[in-house]
Amino acid sequence: MSLGLWTGLVVAFLWIPLVLICVYAFNSSNIQSWPIAGFSTKWFSAAWHNEEARSALLLSLKAAGLATAIALVLGTAAAAAVSRFRFFGRDTITFLLVLPIALPGVVTGIALNSFFTSNPVHGLTPSLWTIVIGHATFCIVVVYNNVVARLRRTQTSLTEASMDLGADGWQTFRFVTFPVISTALIAGGLLAFALSFDEVIVTTFTAGAQNTLPIWILGNLRLGQQLPQVNVVVFFVIVMTVIPVTIAQRLTRDTGILRRR
Amino acid sequence: MAVRAYEEAGRPWSGSVRRRLSAAFWRRPWLRAVALLLPPLAWMVVFYLAALAVLFVSAFWSVDSFTGKLTHAWTWSNFDTIIHDSTYHQIAFRTIWMAAAVTVTDAIIAFPFAYYMARVATPRLRTVLFVLVLLPLWSSYLARIYAWRLILNDEGVLNWSLDKLGLPHQNWAFTNTAMWIVFSYIWLPFMILPIYASLERIPDSLLEASRDLGGKSWATFRRVILPLALPGIVAGSIFTFSLTLGDYITPSLVGNVDFIGNVIYRNVLGLTNNLPFAAAYATVPLVVMAVYLALAKRTGAFEAL
Amino acid sequence: MRKIRRIHVLVATLAAALCVPASGVSSAQTSPGTLTKMGKLEGALNLIAWEGYTYKQWVQPFTKKTGCKVRAKFGGSSDEMVTLMRTGQYDAVSASGDASLRLILGKDVRSIDPKLVPDFKNFIPALKSPSHNTVKGVHYGISLQWGPNTLMYNTKKVKPKPTSWGLLYSSKYKGKITVPDNPIQIADAALYLSKSKPDLGIKDPYELTEAQFKAAVDLLKKQRPLVKKYWASAGDEIDLFKNGGAWIGASWPYQTNTLQADKAPVKDLIPKEGATGWADTWMISSKAKHPNCAVAWIKWVSTPKVQAQQAIYFGETPANTKACRIMDQLSKGSCAQYHANASAKYFNSIKFWKTPVKDCGNGQSNCVDYARWQQAWTDIKS
Repeated sequence: MSLGLWTGLVVAFLWIPLVLICVYAFNSSNIQSWPIAGFSTKWFSAAWHNEEARSALLLSLKAAGLATAIALVLGTAAAAAVSRFRFFGRDTITFLLVLPIALPGVVTGIALNSFFTSNPVHGLTPSLWTIVIGHATFCIVVVYNNVVARLRRTQTSLTEASMDLGADGWQTFRFVTFPVISTALIAGGLLAFALSFDEVIVTTFTAGAQNTLPIWILGNLRLGQQLPQVNVVVFFVIVMTVIPVTIAQRLTRDTGILRRR
Repeated sequence: MAVRAYEEAGRPWSGSVRRRLSAAFWRRPWLRAVALLLPPLAWMVVFYLAALAVLFVSAFWSVDSFTGKLTHAWTWSNFDTIIHDSTYHQIAFRTIWMAAAVTVTDAIIAFPFAYYMARVATPRLRTVLFVLVLLPLWSSYLARIYAWRLILNDEGVLNWSLDKLGLPHQNWAFTNTAMWIVFSYIWLPFMILPIYASLERIPDSLLEASRDLGGKSWATFRRVILPLALPGIVAGSIFTFSLTLGDYITPSLVGNVDFIGNVIYRNVLGLTNNLPFAAAYATVPLVVMAVYLALAKRTGAFEAL
Repeated sequence: MRKIRRIHVLVATLAAALCVPASGVSSAQTSPGTLTKMGKLEGALNLIAWEGYTYKQWVQPFTKKTGCKVRAKFGGSSDEMVTLMRTGQYDAVSASGDASLRLILGKDVRSIDPKLVPDFKNFIPALKSPSHNTVKGVHYGISLQWGPNTLMYNTKKVKPKPTSWGLLYSSKYKGKITVPDNPIQIADAALYLSKSKPDLGIKDPYELTEAQFKAAVDLLKKQRPLVKKYWASAGDEIDLFKNGGAWIGASWPYQTNTLQADKAPVKDLIPKEGATGWADTWMISSKAKHPNCAVAWIKWVSTPKVQAQQAIYFGETPANTKACRIMDQLSKGSCAQYHANASAKYFNSIKFWKTPVKDCGNGQSNCVDYARWQQAWTDIKS
């Protein structure tokens, strides 16, 4: 079946560079060239002991976590408002939320950069929080889309029934609405985390002297001498994320009301 | 807990603050809407729209080239340079042309793949394929681009394989071809996911109906599947187009020419400290994307993101 | 009813938001005074440095001794470094001569009393108070190291051994040439022209009249199709030479050392026309958050041992005269190899980077200034 062949080729296309990265984590030379110079595991311990790498990884995790949390809250709120109410400017909300991700990253980056560096009134200087603000801004739409799609498929009668039965707003949210949108939140949150974790363009403009993981990697590309350590870290990240991504994918698999299978 | 709630049901004016607040919200839907809408809206306005507005205003300022201090005098000189200097025309057209090429390439590569994933693969295979598409998004974008250098280098994997097959060497390293390949590679998952989502939503009943009405598979494809998948394709194209339009890392790592993103980056954090000029040049991708988004909205792509 | 409320909300939010940037005015800068003593160490240090200037060989002992954790951001050109310094997020920068004056005039760096650095008295005389970091007797930084921009070539592919910069401008190795992505390259072209076209009358490659400037830019435009890639960072050039992308190019000794350590067949040399070069100064930011760690760092890298280590690692020449002996201990013959004991004649033969300004040294005022250099470079590259 030619479709199957095409699919196989696409998967190969997507994964050949990743395989190269993992193989070159074992490169015995510190400069990358083909064919591989030799095999060695010395970079694994070097990367483990590299304090810069560890703190960069930690900062990335922190920033992505915070940005995802903010995006979850704000995205859900916006999605709830848009799918439950009709009001003037409803379409504009979607457009507005899409803008940060639809406009090129440099534009978002320099806008936030000039905002943070030339306006001492708000007291924000480039730091973890400016990175988080930058990331959260384009992550909101990812959560928003997933939750809107899910809410569109559920009926409002559920919440009404809950309120009729005497639950207050918070209880309704906790016992009725939340379980329904939980898979959408997981899918959206996961994608938002991935986007924030690997983001480099907006981060370059909103970080001060901090290094998130992508910025640390960029610094090492400049040095030209510590590439195998970069490969080790990326290899580690890939291995660590296989399990959560697989679990999340199985959880959010749509049973498909409209489709037979 | 539910029992207690039931007991308090008949008394909206009494009870805890929480209940009174809930009742107030329930009776005034607009209040709920505002309370839900205000936080995200305030965030977007303060941190994004206001910043964009200030950026656009600064495009009309200038900077002292020796000390780097902004002068707030109104001037058109930045826009003048962009409009009249042919170098900047060249850079802009080159970027837009590459973005279009990458979008078309990705759409062609992604569609059959997404179709297979959505309509042919078994649920288990679908999960596997999904994971295989999502995982690259988690591994470093920079590391993947750098791996492509290894492949496209003059003594890299590609030429080595061509040698083994007896085919001539390719000189693609640091050319536009290399950039086209790498861009198409990097943004592919962003094109696959929306197309998959829109294909997955097509109910089987529609396809059955089309067959019942006499449509053969090509006609069904052209008249039923493709139009329904179009929002997904357009949604994916928004990503590929805008991501290519603003990228400066791929051109600097695998290319040898300047793109719009390089000019902007150089003027803010690189070569000169000329934020006004960068802001002025940034209006080019901004305008291009605004037009693109307006057109995309018509096709319903926003629901398919 | 509902409609009005929505609009109210929107307008209110918008109004509130726009007040924020409108009231933000760049704060008046009060320059801090001269650094005359070192206070309590802050535990962290953010540096902007050339690739290879913060190698763990001397950074780790420093952190152990002072507790200042060092974080370094690399710049590929002086322009990048100047821009990064202006963000005010970094404590110190290893500025070359073409960045230092811009930083001084922009009030981005603090003046410092050389008495804070005990090794200062052992520096070579020419680098104690050079005009690129000392203005009217006030020191804005402490000299670090200096060195030439070299011609690097692949010994297996480039035969015979190169003798002239002209090879970079000829089509003999078309498509295998690499030069830095840096407007200051125009000076290298001018340097070559000063010997190959003497009737242009170029004396100082940074002070170019319109005609001289045009000649240099034209030469670079002719060079463009021959260049495989303009390298923006040391890693780029290392990758190019290792993977056969380039066989010959303008370089720093750092790349040569890294490639040779990896057994790549490269060598470098200074061609017969001479070379441009850099003389670096560590300068402390006027907005530094960790000035004491910065002073401790400068003291540390001025000591003979660290000067020797850095000179050998990067391939440059130390400012401290006492480093020569240690260099020979660490690597035999390195003192002479990197000209650490060279005469003033050698020092004066290098055309160190400096920012081109309109005011030509000969009393005239018609030289091309740096903003035009940057513009021309964008034109050349596209």
